[in-house]
Amino acid sequence: MPRNRKVARTLALLAVPVLLGTAGCSTGPLGSDDPNTLRVVDYYNNEPSNTSIQHALDKCANETGVDLVRNTIPGEALVQKVLQMASSDTLPDLLMLDNPDMAQFASIGGLVPLDKFDVDTQGISENVLDAGSYQGEVYGLAPTVNTISLFYNKDILRKQGIEPPDTWAELKRTAKQLTTKDRYGFAFSGAASYEGTWQFLPFMWSNGGDETNIDSKEVTEALQLLTDMVKAGSVSQSVVNWGQGEVIDRFIGQKAAMVVNGPWNLPRLKAEATFDFGVVPIPVPDPGDTSVAPLGGEVWTVPKTENPDKQAMAAEMIECLNTDENQMAMAKDRLTIPSKPDVAAEYAKQSEAAETFVNQVGGARARTAKLGEDWPATAQAIYTAVQTALTGQASPEVALDRAARTIK
Amino acid sequence: MSAVATPVETKPVHRPESRRVNHRRRDQIIKWMFMAPAILYVALFFGYPIVQNFLMSFQSYTAETFFTDEAPFIGFDNYVHAFNNPIFGQAMLNTGLFTAGSIAGQFVIGMAIALFFRRRFPLNGLLRSMLLLPWLIPLIVSSAVWQAMLQQEGGIINQFLGIFSIPAVPWLSSPDVALTAVILVNIWIGIPFNVAILYSGLQGIPDELYEAGELDGATGWRSFRYITWPLLRPVVSVVLLLGVVYTLKLLDVILGLTNGGPANSTQTLSTLSYQVSFVEFDFGQGAAFANILIAISLVFAAIYLYTNRRSAQ
Repeated sequence: MPRNRKVARTLALLAVPVLLGTAGCSTGPLGSDDPNTLRVVDYYNNEPSNTSIQHALDKCANETGVDLVRNTIPGEALVQKVLQMASSDTLPDLLMLDNPDMAQFASIGGLVPLDKFDVDTQGISENVLDAGSYQGEVYGLAPTVNTISLFYNKDILRKQGIEPPDTWAELKRTAKQLTTKDRYGFAFSGAASYEGTWQFLPFMWSNGGDETNIDSKEVTEALQLLTDMVKAGSVSQSVVNWGQGEVIDRFIGQKAAMVVNGPWNLPRLKAEATFDFGVVPIPVPDPGDTSVAPLGGEVWTVPKTENPDKQAMAAEMIECLNTDENQMAMAKDRLTIPSKPDVAAEYAKQSEAAETFVNQVGGARARTAKLGEDWPATAQAIYTAVQTALTGQASPEVALDRAARTIK
Repeated sequence: MSAVATPVETKPVHRPESRRVNHRRRDQIIKWMFMAPAILYVALFFGYPIVQNFLMSFQSYTAETFFTDEAPFIGFDNYVHAFNNPIFGQAMLNTGLFTAGSIAGQFVIGMAIALFFRRRFPLNGLLRSMLLLPWLIPLIVSSAVWQAMLQQEGGIINQFLGIFSIPAVPWLSSPDVALTAVILVNIWIGIPFNVAILYSGLQGIPDELYEAGELDGATGWRSFRYITWPLLRPVVSVVLLLGVVYTLKLLDVILGLTNGGPANSTQTLSTLSYQVSFVEFDFGQGAAFANILIAISLVFAAIYLYTNRRSAQ
């Protein structure tokens, strides 16, 4: 008994300092204090982007005379991770952000405007600058951008003697004609996520609709078009569950003859599609209208860190990533579009699909250009309305009216 | 005045009573020292997050907070916004239906399977461990597989139903069916847990009772009603409580299957809390939703404690 108690006392005494010790452990600052080392964060964890971006970063680091420590965080976790870094004062020196997320970071003072470092923005198209701007100041630059267009199965259309559609009326008719017992004429993503919104935007914008007024006649007409096609059976109602990846799966599996999607799928299509495919702009309401698609792509930014010297070096890196030569290299590797119209025009020469995407990017619009940090709330309202209408819960008019009331 | 320094002098001063008091105090200290690790652990990993979450629900805690370290207190604003959220009512209803439906299905099927495995038959052990498989697969994987199987066109379930000329069911694409589909998947996920616990509970019931019951004519349903059920009640209440708490907060299955859609028809309090926190980055309001969930869980915990105490008496 006494021996037991002694052992017990010793154990209990030992336990306390061990616990206190672990609790008291402090975390030292992460990353490098070396004045010539920049920390880079991006989300390019897939090939070919990963290698292509690494290559471009290495090349620019060499030219700028810095060392890089790159940290790649998968897409969905990036923003959360960067917020954590902000709260622990470990923000990277060079940060990649998906363009619709950038406004929010700029609005809360997390980024330094690139003006401050006289970064050369010469030759970069207006809409790309819009996508990297907040309240008139440029915070981020995208070397290459992307958008969405209409992919069509050339074999199927040729067999039926049908031309790819230019207008809404043609889209409706063609989709109907191409629909068979085991194939839908048309597919798009109507998911309950930003992807659903992103794919609705070309219809809404090409009709003159605007994100500042989502219960307008123009937006309603756009949603009516998609709803009609679901009702007519030429689009599956399952599109409310399909992200863009699932949509392109249906296209590759020839379960959908025409789909809305982006150039990032071109490598996969070339590898897996057993048929000929083409890419045309997303159909417009009336002949002669301009097809306005959303501008996608990632911007490189300089977070507000404690170290102005490193900020300047990061800005130099951004400038380097945007030289004509580097834009072209990344565009070719990743099948995205250079953000300088002159470089893009050169890029367009390589294929028909590239030309379509270059043209569509030219007229594309940045999602945060008008709403800035308020865009996410509107984007959520839009996909909710799309889902409500496509599933027949309410008419497009009522669905959009309800959605508009949630953000006013 | 330490006893070690002057042992000879102090020794006679100790009277038996004071030594007993001393001893008792020392015992007391040792007791607390033993509890200290547990108390520290609970305070650090349970107390702190709960208090923090409670405080956060009264703060304007947004993406900005991470940069400025400022989270001003805004009183009940987060709760007001949470209750006024246009889909709050629907999310509440969905949470209720989802939990009730899942628990009912999991429990009834789990109980039936557990009773079945009480019989001795070849491959019993192997089959029982196979049954645990759904539990071992990461939830996000099983929900992805189910999502593929539940596709309206080309999904294996609808193809199977097609053999009997049952028209394709829009499992995940119709707001009228989606919640049911999500509940069915969650029942499948929860069965192993129910079987495992109920089966071990059944093992604890001595065979003699059944043998004695049989002599008195208690077989089949009557033996379940008068022997199994009363003796299994403590286990049943634990299974139900854990099931309810676990289902209330379930997130990954719903996110994987429908992401709350179509048209918010599978949005629950936990998906809403996730959405508000990690998509809209309004952590204050997300915390408010989380606290509402915690409050509901506590109600069930209280019911459990109450019924347990009553049955103990």
